[in-house]
Amino acid sequence: MSQKQYWKGLEELQNTAAHQEVVDNEFKEPLPGISDSLLDATTPRRDFLKFLGFSTVAATLAASCEMPVRKAIPYAIKPEDIVPGVPNYYASTFVDGGDYCAIVIKTRDGRPIKVEGNTLSSITKGSTSARVQASVLNLYDKARLRQPMMDGKEATFDAIDRGLQSALASNTKPVYLISSTIISPTSKEVINQFLAKYPNAKHIVYDAVSYSGMLLANEASYGKRALPSYHFDKAKTIVSLGADFLGTWLAPVEFSKQYSAGRKVTAKNLEMSKHYHVESMHTITGASADMRATCKPSEMGAVAVALYNAVNGTAPSLPSKKLNELVTKAAADLKKGNGMVVCGSNDVNIQTVVNAINSAINANGTTINWAVTSNYKAGIDSDIVAATEAMAKGEVGAAMILGVNPAYEIGKKFADALKNVPVRVSFADRMDETAQLCNYVVPDHNYLESWGDAEPKTGYYSLMQPGIAPLFKTRAYQDSLLAWSGSTTTYGDMWKNYWTTKLGGQSNFDKALQDGIVEPAGEMPMGGGTFAGNIANATAAIAAMKPTSGMEVVVYQKVSIGHGGAWSNNPWLQEMPDPITKATWDNYACVSPKKAKELGEELTGITEVVTKKRVIKLEANGQTLMLPIVVVPGMHNDVVAVALGYGRDAQIGRAGASGTDKLKGDFGGKNAYPLVGYNGQTFTYNAAAKIEKTDATYEVGITQTHHSYEGRPIIHEFTLEEFSKDPNALLKERGEEIAKYSVVPWGEHEAHGEKKEELATQEVEEGFRKEGTLYPNYEHMGIHWGMSIDLTACTGCGACVVGCMAENNISVVGKTHVLKSQEMHWLRIDRYFSGMPDDPDTIQTVFQPMMCQHCDNAPCENVCPVSATNHSSEGLNQMAYNRCIGTKYCANNCPYKVRHFNWMDWNGADCFDDNQYEDGRRDDLNDDLTRMVLNPDVTVRSRGVMEKCSFCVQRLQDAKLTAKKEGRPVKDGEAKTACQQACASDCIVFGNVNDPESEISKIRKDNKERVFYVLEQIHTLPNVNYLSKIRNTDEIWAGNEEKDGLYKAHI
Amino acid sequence: MSEYIKPMLRSIAKGITVLVITLFATNLTAIAAPDGKAIFMSNCASCHNPLKDATGPALKGVDGRVPSKEWLYDWVHNPSAMIAKGDKHATELFDKWKPTVMTSFPSLSKEEIDAVVTYVNSVEDKKKGPEPTPGTETKEAPGNNWIYSLVTIILLALAFILWRVNSGLKRVANEKDGVQNTKEIPFWRNKVVIALFSITVFIMAGYWLVNGAVEMGRQQNYQPLQPIFYSHKVHAGINQVNCLYCHAGAEKSRQAMIPSTNVCMNCHKQIKEYTGAEEHPLMTAEGEKIDGTAEIQKLYAYAGWDPAKKEYKRKPNGEIDAKPVQWVKIHNLPDHVYFNHSQHVAVGKVQCQRCHGTIQEMDEVYQFSPLSMGWCINCHRQTEVQFTANNYYTIFKKYHEEIKSGKRTGVTVEEIGGTECQKCHY
Repeated sequence: MSQKQYWKGLEELQNTAAHQEVVDNEFKEPLPGISDSLLDATTPRRDFLKFLGFSTVAATLAASCEMPVRKAIPYAIKPEDIVPGVPNYYASTFVDGGDYCAIVIKTRDGRPIKVEGNTLSSITKGSTSARVQASVLNLYDKARLRQPMMDGKEATFDAIDRGLQSALASNTKPVYLISSTIISPTSKEVINQFLAKYPNAKHIVYDAVSYSGMLLANEASYGKRALPSYHFDKAKTIVSLGADFLGTWLAPVEFSKQYSAGRKVTAKNLEMSKHYHVESMHTITGASADMRATCKPSEMGAVAVALYNAVNGTAPSLPSKKLNELVTKAAADLKKGNGMVVCGSNDVNIQTVVNAINSAINANGTTINWAVTSNYKAGIDSDIVAATEAMAKGEVGAAMILGVNPAYEIGKKFADALKNVPVRVSFADRMDETAQLCNYVVPDHNYLESWGDAEPKTGYYSLMQPGIAPLFKTRAYQDSLLAWSGSTTTYGDMWKNYWTTKLGGQSNFDKALQDGIVEPAGEMPMGGGTFAGNIANATAAIAAMKPTSGMEVVVYQKVSIGHGGAWSNNPWLQEMPDPITKATWDNYACVSPKKAKELGEELTGITEVVTKKRVIKLEANGQTLMLPIVVVPGMHNDVVAVALGYGRDAQIGRAGASGTDKLKGDFGGKNAYPLVGYNGQTFTYNAAAKIEKTDATYEVGITQTHHSYEGRPIIHEFTLEEFSKDPNALLKERGEEIAKYSVVPWGEHEAHGEKKEELATQEVEEGFRKEGTLYPNYEHMGIHWGMSIDLTACTGCGACVVGCMAENNISVVGKTHVLKSQEMHWLRIDRYFSGMPDDPDTIQTVFQPMMCQHCDNAPCENVCPVSATNHSSEGLNQMAYNRCIGTKYCANNCPYKVRHFNWMDWNGADCFDDNQYEDGRRDDLNDDLTRMVLNPDVTVRSRGVMEKCSFCVQRLQDAKLTAKKEGRPVKDGEAKTACQQACASDCIVFGNVNDPESEISKIRKDNKERVFYVLEQIHTLPNVNYLSKIRNTDEIWAGNEEKDGLYKAHI
Repeated sequence: MSEYIKPMLRSIAKGITVLVITLFATNLTAIAAPDGKAIFMSNCASCHNPLKDATGPALKGVDGRVPSKEWLYDWVHNPSAMIAKGDKHATELFDKWKPTVMTSFPSLSKEEIDAVVTYVNSVEDKKKGPEPTPGTETKEAPGNNWIYSLVTIILLALAFILWRVNSGLKRVANEKDGVQNTKEIPFWRNKVVIALFSITVFIMAGYWLVNGAVEMGRQQNYQPLQPIFYSHKVHAGINQVNCLYCHAGAEKSRQAMIPSTNVCMNCHKQIKEYTGAEEHPLMTAEGEKIDGTAEIQKLYAYAGWDPAKKEYKRKPNGEIDAKPVQWVKIHNLPDHVYFNHSQHVAVGKVQCQRCHGTIQEMDEVYQFSPLSMGWCINCHRQTEVQFTANNYYTIFKKYHEEIKSGKRTGVTVEEIGGTECQKCHY
């Protein structure tokens, strides 16, 4: 295991000159200030004095300003349940189309500032995703419509209601309500009322990223056009055929929680699910997989059939050896029971074969639940295609568009068809691509301003309540529909009636509203289904699909931006590095290293250090896109992947807008939806493609190589087999490093240090802590905070990164400064590859969340000339911004590279008004509206100071204060960091190490075989420990030099 | 040339030495003698007045009333222990002032207590003259300062005259002896004098600049005009309204909270006029008379109360038509400081007056404390936490053992990490 080599990117593996330069120059830019020109001037001394004089005068002027008169304005009438300065929490529900999450809204002085998971929900169990965390920023999006619009002009709701009702009354043609999947039972009722009012009205449901294939296959197989509930926690064997279920497929929040529950390994409990994964590109689910193989997307059907046959005893004969091996092994494991096969394809036939496999291995009723079905997706592609055709023919009288953006997602075809509809209504919250084509735009509330409900699974409900009164003149779409169907009740009243009646009385309703969920008691009932699909037809249809030769393109969703929508204009998500590519602010064409080489790229051009990326011309589905390439090891060599959600219209907001700037060239990525095809039944997300090299280049802001460890060992990974054979291997390795420092040579136990194969026991650790340094030891008397991060559980999804941004007012710096390595994320997720870049099937990827390690012997503290960073008695490495003078010595001396310097005044935090940094795309963050999202308990940092993770000290202080007020010690789990709370995979545990009963203490004791500290041997004594990565695999393809030879031979 | 410079350098050096010694000596006395007034203001003033009984007894002449100096030291260091011991004088005091027991100040040295006693004894009753404006530092006009200054000036003048006479006589004597007189350099061209003068100016300017910079943004004694003449003296002092009745947030939140108008109206629906003008006429700091009843009318305008109809004016949607009062904020902390009232009031059991001064005596509120970091830190160093009373602190086992073994009597805020950066800055 120690021979395994990890590389952050290809340049590190190759150690290119450019990489070396980056490693040497931590701060990419030359330092501003006294430039050479000053010293070269003819009168340097006079110039210096001039500068000195000027700055003194400037400082004096700035200082002599009078103190402003500040006002303290209380409430006129204070609401009873609000105490200024104390947050209120409201249980609610996050819904974006079919994406669902039970949440708790944190409001401070009446405004939502943070979204957390609701732990009472049996579905999401307190988990969140990056998008859920970032959703609070959408509330304060400056691009939101502030009033309804009629024919491009501002209008009142009354005028719109009158105009629309008369238009609808005189209309004889059908009315189409085109919406995303709606999981709200009361909204469905409202829609039914509306449809009843206009007899020839029709509700067309489609999803931006479709699951029609599954729905139709399930209808054919089980007689239900529905999606089952999956239980990844109960599965011993998970086979995923292109389903990115931890990142973007169906319900990643729910699945991540379940998945991690099945993979909690300790030396005593070696039970762990086995995850086989076949995919065409590289997703985070593939990175977590135990065994992974790649295929072309057009071969996915063949793989499914091969797996079906293998389960039934026929050996597979697929084009790649690895695929055959994987299918054989997977089939063998699946037959042992408790297996599950999921598939990301939108093809009915492939999904039918998957259903047949699941039926054959008896997954239905054990890991796949048909008794409680999921309502996440209901869209049928042929409906929207038919509707578009009807609209184009002028057969439609009115089109109302709700929660979807077909002019962007379906494209020109829809936009042209819509022009033939006389009455066009949009409920969009902004002037998106479709709303621009509508004559009525009646903006809906943000979900944080709305009453509502959701039924994510049949019989499992979740209520939605607002965290703030509507900011703008918007109206719930349900109210609009009710008004247009002539009803006099409001949606709010109707909703309340519905639930009070259903729950039986006010007190039950109040309880449900407080909890946020209404769920049946006890465990979720399980039920199977009888497979009645036509497997022969499906297999024949798959066989008839001709595998394409040459390149293929895959259209995928980024974990951050997803299908697009409002997310495209969310700067937090735009700046969140994609888990695999670590790129921000753009979409691009992902290709494998080998393909890049074939395109004639030199290594410097395909690595991540060089920001200028070669632009290729991508032709597919009759479309041409010019995209920069980003090299991703682990991609199938004949596949190029492009993300959705980019190439947006300027009116959806500044962060998401794309276009061409006279000076800077193109920005904002390209729209990949036109690459989506239609096979007569469902949308297809892959197509044959042609790529062609061009001479142009394009800069992509990629963060991974910004903070290099220069190849030092910081990750420990074992196969489950290795770990079960020798659980103490890691302890031994650590012991070899630290035992020699744990005794002083002149001490009593002189012989102690010479013992071989020393285990890192508590005694050795204590000795190392005390004797390994010249510095004094800190005594942590009351509380000693510590954190543990499980590398096995981490999926790299980035929820923690965005959660941290929301909690700690972390600045978004924009692409320009990401390119200069100046991103401010306190918590980053480092991605390491291992394996042979040439062979995508050998690539194994590990994620390592990295934040301030709060070293008890911190290198940063010793070098600060003004003691702005120092140690607390609770083990926190403190950072006092107001004391910092910006020498950056600490960042230079930090071995973990987790300190970030404020090169600019990102947020208008310093007292000079025009110091604020602006770049075009991120500027809305400085708007008064958007600044409402800032957490008032955390200082907004100004220019020239260093910052870094504080372990969410404001939360720790709050937990301590609550405990003090109640006169008791802090309970374990009371103080939670934002990243810990956001994590869907339970990989972060935080608590008081001094308390032997705390979870963190138990982990460090019971799971000590997996505990390690990054760069432990340099005696920084971090308060963050990691748990080694355990992969349930028997193959170590990855980077064993002896086995694989030199990497260079492969590139 | 050099033989000319050398003696000059020597004399400059001599001058500097003298200056330094003088400065050092002044400093030394400053260090040696604790400032009784400062100690009194930061520790005692919240409960004691030198002349009047307040929360605790008037302190003037306290050294004469107590049995001995040693008793006084013990009392200040730990009053509860004295009461528990059954000391006669202590129990008498307790009976008189109960249920309040004096806060203990174990960190005050004997010299500091002496200084406080000296200070309280030096305070004169100024009832005879017009009451000086609170907060302004002009109170300090000690009676005999001017005599000292006069004597100093006379002595300086005398020294100057003697020096002139001396040099004149020397000149005459020299002439008599036929020794040639050196040409006299007027003192303003004397290089030693110029050097000394420049150094003094430099040091003074530096001192002034540094102090000015340190003080920047602080506004002790800030006493702005408020939209309503709200007298804390009338409410909290004379009428004994509990602070927390209006400032309910002080126990629960960061902010003590300024009450909204409906809280005022809880009482002022009944109390329509100020009837205390006889005993306590309201007066601004500038000496302008205030009509309390008119001020209550101002409140009614803000609160949307119709005193004639005795009901609230309402907006069309039924809400009370109230406007918030735009008070001028007096206590301003920089944005990078986190201060939590509940931490101090509910957990630390700190009296409001400790930081806000004798607020119950103020008609118009002014900022009593400097609200500087040094001031915060000082208090955190001296104040003990509710160590044994609050079970939160059970985690500090070492301190509990030390208390048991008698090694220590209490634990200060500093000792549990209360002076660390991230207690207040994050």
